[in-house]
Amino acid sequence: MNDSHQEVFDNIKGTVGDVTVADPKMRLSNVNVFYGEKQAIFDVSLDIANNEVIAMIGPSGCGKSTFLRCLNRMNDTIPTCRVSGEMSLDGEDLYGPSLDTVLLRARVGMVFQKPNPFAKSIYDNVAYGPRIHGLAGNRAELDEIVIESLQKAGLYEEVKDRLEAPGTSLSGGQQQRLCIARTIAVSPEVILMDEPCSALDPIATARIEELIDELRQNYAIAIVTHSMQQAARVSQRTAYFHLGKLVEVGSTNQIFTNPAHELTENYITGRFG
Amino acid sequence: MSITSLLLLALCLAFVSFIIGRQKAYAVASRNGGTRTLHSLPGHYGIMVGLWCALPALAIIIGWKLFEGPIVSSMLDSAIPEAIHAKGDKAVELYKNEINNLAASGVPSGVPSTEQDASKIGAANRLNSLRSYSAIALMILTIAVAVIGAALAYRKIKTDTEARPIVERIVHFFLVASASIAILTTVGILFSVVFEAARFFQQVSIVEFVTGTKWSPQTAIRVDQAGSSGSFGAIPLFMGTLLISAIAMVVAVPFGLMSAIYLAEYASSRTRAIVKPLLEILAGIPTVVYGFFAALTVAPMIRRLGDSIGLSVSSESALAAGTVMGIMIIPFVSSLSDDVITAVPQAMRDGSSGLGATQSETVRKVVFPAALPGIVGGILLAASRAIGETMIVVMAAGLAANLTMNPLEAVTTVTVQIVTLLTGDQEFDSAKTLAAFALGLMLFITTLVLNVIALHVVRKYREQYD
Repeated sequence: MNDSHQEVFDNIKGTVGDVTVADPKMRLSNVNVFYGEKQAIFDVSLDIANNEVIAMIGPSGCGKSTFLRCLNRMNDTIPTCRVSGEMSLDGEDLYGPSLDTVLLRARVGMVFQKPNPFAKSIYDNVAYGPRIHGLAGNRAELDEIVIESLQKAGLYEEVKDRLEAPGTSLSGGQQQRLCIARTIAVSPEVILMDEPCSALDPIATARIEELIDELRQNYAIAIVTHSMQQAARVSQRTAYFHLGKLVEVGSTNQIFTNPAHELTENYITGRFG
Repeated sequence: MSITSLLLLALCLAFVSFIIGRQKAYAVASRNGGTRTLHSLPGHYGIMVGLWCALPALAIIIGWKLFEGPIVSSMLDSAIPEAIHAKGDKAVELYKNEINNLAASGVPSGVPSTEQDASKIGAANRLNSLRSYSAIALMILTIAVAVIGAALAYRKIKTDTEARPIVERIVHFFLVASASIAILTTVGILFSVVFEAARFFQQVSIVEFVTGTKWSPQTAIRVDQAGSSGSFGAIPLFMGTLLISAIAMVVAVPFGLMSAIYLAEYASSRTRAIVKPLLEILAGIPTVVYGFFAALTVAPMIRRLGDSIGLSVSSESALAAGTVMGIMIIPFVSSLSDDVITAVPQAMRDGSSGLGATQSETVRKVVFPAALPGIVGGILLAASRAIGETMIVVMAAGLAANLTMNPLEAVTTVTVQIVTLLTGDQEFDSAKTLAAFALGLMLFITTLVLNVIALHVVRKYREQYD
């Protein structure tokens, strides 16, 4: 960090706006994340509500993806990563000794920045999760889960004639919807999306955004995005991260029309970032 | 002057011309207002002059050496007495060889004892003087050509001389020539084997060779000699090769694959940094050492083990040779598999663990299927290595060509038979020795086909993620 960064960093004192909600799906308080010696997240608290899309925005390297990856403990796969703080899903401690990360990740699904279908057929991509979790008793049930997930992801009509084709043969936008279908197939309660549209063209992006809005009926969704228009379009609440700290949280409407913190205002008006 | 020093001289001249050429380019540049005015960089002009100096000189040296022998030899004909010429070409050859030896070992200075000796010594002296003339002529010619070439190129250095494309073309030519040499060598090896094998198939029918089940290559050397007439059925050899290679693959594939998965997916980077080189040391052990190990340690061990459970095991069992060969090729399998497993994108692993799969589920259901084509390619390459492996089987497998699939018996392999057919004093016109070439050809074709398939599979796999 150079001096001006240090100054900005020191001036972020706590979070502006109410980080809690009345009926939280996930509650995160005083989260700190370290990569080796380097601290990436500083004392962040945030609630994630049911049936709501919360957008996390901020300049590159502000820690929003790192924070998102704490929510289903994907950071565990990075050997040097250390996480502290209190995190819970429906009141159950995420980092508690009795928690099984396998079950956690089935409940908190994740969609990645770049579409990453497995080198399998479309069907097998979606059936992957249900199979490893034993969600279907027989082939008919599995078929049903796969078709329903593809329908929810808005992909079924396009691929119903070629479910055995490789998932990698689809276009980028279709692949991303396939990954969403794959995530939905294990019936998660929360869906985390890490810049799900950054590799897609505007039409595919619009399709995914519609889908996110529909999915809100059944899931809690946290989405990291670099596009402020996207955050404004799909989310109900917005959290602004800067240099590893959570600067401001509020309703999307308020953040984009009347930001309380200067840094937030600078960012959404395009003065930096 | 020897050929080596001549080459060195040409090289030095080329270097000097490079320096001079570059200097002139700088001079030309400064006269015209900076290196910007030159078509190419000064270094390119230097290289151009250097190459114009070295390449013609090199061509002269190579051409001279190619034609020197025959020309000197024909000039020597006059020094050979009529009496020898009258005896025919073979006698002339012999006489020339004697002169050669005499010339090479130093002509004795004493008084020759017979008239024939005197003429030989005379011829040898003449040969020596011819050769020294030739060497001096070559040296003068080389230097002249080098200097003239350099001078011509030197004169061509002007602002608009396109030295850069010339240098590019010459570099291109050299690269093509290097690649061609490797390919031509392979073709040459193939042809030498094919022609000898063709001679073999004139004596033994190809059908008998490919379908016969009895291998006994001993043939009578003289017509009146008692002994076997030889039978050349290659099936027992190929079955033996197949058996031993199969055992080797049974050992190498699981161990190699699992160590690759461990290294790529589970090991920490520190463990990996230590274990991977250690595993690759296995590939560096000379095969003859594996041979000792197989013959002196593993084979008796397997035999004792077999005895203790009431099985009779031959002391040169296919099992011993195959097991040790398998250990030898573990690093091939593990190293190639490790590469393809590591090449599977991290995003796939994240996607799988993001769905709640455990690490072993991720490896089994996502990473391994994605890497499978590459792994198969690696295994095929290892298999062709096992089939061609010689030293271990020479030491640890038997010589008896048993047609059996029992790994506890002694079998022999194609490579072992090639070695036994060709070692020792042999004449290269009997079916026995020529059989080695036919076997070599078959082996070559087998491994070639395997390699082609393997490379094809590996390439197909690469395309998937590019």
